[in-house]
Amino acid sequence: MPIFSYLAIPKKDARKTLCEELSTLEHCQIIPADNQDVVVLVTDTPDDHIEKKLQHTIKSLPSLQSLSLAFGYNEKLE
Amino acid sequence: MKLDRREFIKQAAIGSALATAGSLFPGISFGSWNRLAGGPGVLAWQKTPCRFCGTGCGLLVGVSDGRAVAVKGDPNCTVNKGLCCMKGYHSVQALYGRDRITTAKVRKNGTLVEVPISEALDLVAEKLKQTRDTYGKDSVAMYGSGQWTIPDGYVASKLFKGCLGTNNVEANARLCMASAVTGFMTSFGLDEPMGCYEDIDHADVFVTWGNNMAEMHPVLFSRMLSSRKRRAGVKIIDFATRFTRTSQAADKSIIFKPQTDLAVANAICYEIIKNNWVNDNFVTTHVSFHKGKTNIGYGTEDHFTFTDSAETIDYEAFKLFLEDYTPEKVEKISGVPAEEIKYLASLYGNPSLKVTSFWCMGMNQHTRGTWINNLVYNIHLLVGKISTPGNSPFSLTGQPSACGTVREVGTLTHKLPHGVVMNEHDRQMAAEIWQVSVENIDPKPSYHTVEMFRALDRGDIKFIWIQVTNPMVTMPNLRRYRDGALKDDRFVVVSDVYPTPTTDVADVILPAAMWIEQEGMFGNSERRTQHFAQIVDPPGEAMSDTWQIIEVAKRLGFEKQFPWSQDNYIEPIWEEYRRFHAGPTHEMAPYTVLAERSGVQWPFVNGRETRWRYNPAYDPACNNGKDFDFYGKKDNRAWIWARPYEPPAESPDEDYNFWLNTGRVIEHWHTGSMTRRVPVLHNAVPSSYVEIHPEDAADLGVVNGDLVKIISRRGELTMPAQINGRGVPVRGMVFVPFFDESYLINEVTLDAFCPISKQPDYKKCAVRLEKA
Repeated sequence: MPIFSYLAIPKKDARKTLCEELSTLEHCQIIPADNQDVVVLVTDTPDDHIEKKLQHTIKSLPSLQSLSLAFGYNEKLE
Repeated sequence: MKLDRREFIKQAAIGSALATAGSLFPGISFGSWNRLAGGPGVLAWQKTPCRFCGTGCGLLVGVSDGRAVAVKGDPNCTVNKGLCCMKGYHSVQALYGRDRITTAKVRKNGTLVEVPISEALDLVAEKLKQTRDTYGKDSVAMYGSGQWTIPDGYVASKLFKGCLGTNNVEANARLCMASAVTGFMTSFGLDEPMGCYEDIDHADVFVTWGNNMAEMHPVLFSRMLSSRKRRAGVKIIDFATRFTRTSQAADKSIIFKPQTDLAVANAICYEIIKNNWVNDNFVTTHVSFHKGKTNIGYGTEDHFTFTDSAETIDYEAFKLFLEDYTPEKVEKISGVPAEEIKYLASLYGNPSLKVTSFWCMGMNQHTRGTWINNLVYNIHLLVGKISTPGNSPFSLTGQPSACGTVREVGTLTHKLPHGVVMNEHDRQMAAEIWQVSVENIDPKPSYHTVEMFRALDRGDIKFIWIQVTNPMVTMPNLRRYRDGALKDDRFVVVSDVYPTPTTDVADVILPAAMWIEQEGMFGNSERRTQHFAQIVDPPGEAMSDTWQIIEVAKRLGFEKQFPWSQDNYIEPIWEEYRRFHAGPTHEMAPYTVLAERSGVQWPFVNGRETRWRYNPAYDPACNNGKDFDFYGKKDNRAWIWARPYEPPAESPDEDYNFWLNTGRVIEHWHTGSMTRRVPVLHNAVPSSYVEIHPEDAADLGVVNGDLVKIISRRGELTMPAQINGRGVPVRGMVFVPFFDESYLINEVTLDAFCPISKQPDYKKCAVRLEKA
């Protein structure tokens, strides 16, 4: 049951699109910054398989420039 | 509503991401982050200042099911405007370490055993009384902290100075801020900065004097970077002995040899005068010139005493004094090229630039700490760049209430809440407010911190009560003081939240409430008093330090002086304490105002806070009818001091050929007793290390992670090397963070101090290195 948080950086002028795209994905929560093109993304998935699929989907978003991991947790490792 | 474990981890994930964003994008704001308000399980957000440095960032703590579960920056707090650093975002996790002290312990036959807290408090009162009756009033002592709340420090001072009649009250702020205090007192006659953090929004040039703000005051540093990004032409100059993250972000990094900041500051003054950059009107109207004693010693011997004496000199004599400090001469002492000294002088001297100087431990932990504080004020005074927005010599504090509790309440041996014990009027005021006989208050200061622990070692002090600090990690020349505390007839009481090397030497351990588990106030670097309510309950039998002292005071028969009930004691203590500061120079806000706001700056007069002191446009205490009023000194002037360069107590030589410098890292607070219990912070920097210059490492045959033995005349320590890490010392210097109790670097350091402030120098001693 992994939980990850990231800093997602949108491509130029794509902040709004990125926020919309991430918001529609299941298992994702976002907190956009007020004054910078930075979005905090939190993923909370039920298992590794879904997590991998979600990561693949996120990384394929055309509005996303880069994704930096800030926090990682996986229950089965505890 | 209950917040489940998974939701709690999710909040930690959000906190980590916000902290990372804060460190990567200066000024970034998530002020509109309110996903949790009314969301799953979070019942309420309550304000508090952060407890992990002297900046005083406002936090909002989210509580669910009686547990603090989330943190965000308080957008209503002008200090941080919604921003936090990584320690702030993770701060509430420090409440919940697995080995939290929740019950009292008493040493019986050499073993610490759990007892009810009332039994432990009975024993503390009994031992205190017995020791005082047998060995005299100065055989008992209280050692506190700049992390004491204001009420903690106030009741400690009232009990020991007012009721027990001993001036044996000190706090660890002696180790971090004493030189700032004596600097202010000798230059202005009143403590604490004239400016405020708004200076950051106005200054064109920032000079950081031996101050790694990027790690030690990250939120202020972010504000500075943000100001540079927003406004054209803003420059940051880092003036330091080691290349740090601050140097990396600065427009210019200037490296000087340890202790020679004294010479460089004088050379800047020389250049300002030589180039006619002096603000003549300001100097003629508002400044007087003085000199003090020289060759003043280092305090490494027991019973060392020193008293400075001021002699008035004229401007010509000051100019003559500076003849020894031409940039070319100073280049030879400091290693700073003359051209760079001239460049620094030109920034201060340019009348169209507003300049703010920041400093903290680099200047204060210095065997001439008072002098270097004086010398930076000299620079600002010569050019009249002071007490106006953006023009500010700004001494930052390290601890959340070093100013509020130690400097304002006066929890140092010579101080009272108003004034000093040596002054009859100040003693009378204290006696009246405390309802004790004035004869009870001893007019003679007793032991400053280093001498207090020497007295414990010698046996002059037999009983010591330590609260909210960890001296068995932080005292310089540590081995002597730990051995002293362990001697058979010493009685050591420690109030703390986690086991530490200091609780290891305790005869009684009292479980303390931490931060938002109690009500209290802190006072930050910019004269801002910050109230916080009790937000969560303390665990087990943990009790606030204030109430522990009151319980002991009542047991000693001082019910009259400590009449409060446990249901309501912070408000009446505050209102009693506030009487000491009545008047336009230091009026404090009433309790009701503090409770409402995210901090209030004093002087708080007629409902108005004071941003810039000594300037009649802002400061209600000015009444001389001029453009500035330096009312702290009897001559109504700020004092420029002729202070020479003198070498440190110990310098590298043939036997010990490296400088040792010590300090902190951004992830950990002081000795790490709290932040090392926060998994994210601990995992980021799990253990200490010694930074070595890559060429020195090559000479030693050492690579990253190899063990290196650091040897001084006091002791030795073996620890892993870090090469080209976040900080890079110059050749011939090593740097060690002190947060890790597994590596007690203070067994190596020297207990030399500034003879005026009595603050030890943790930045300079001589060591040699061996590959282990």
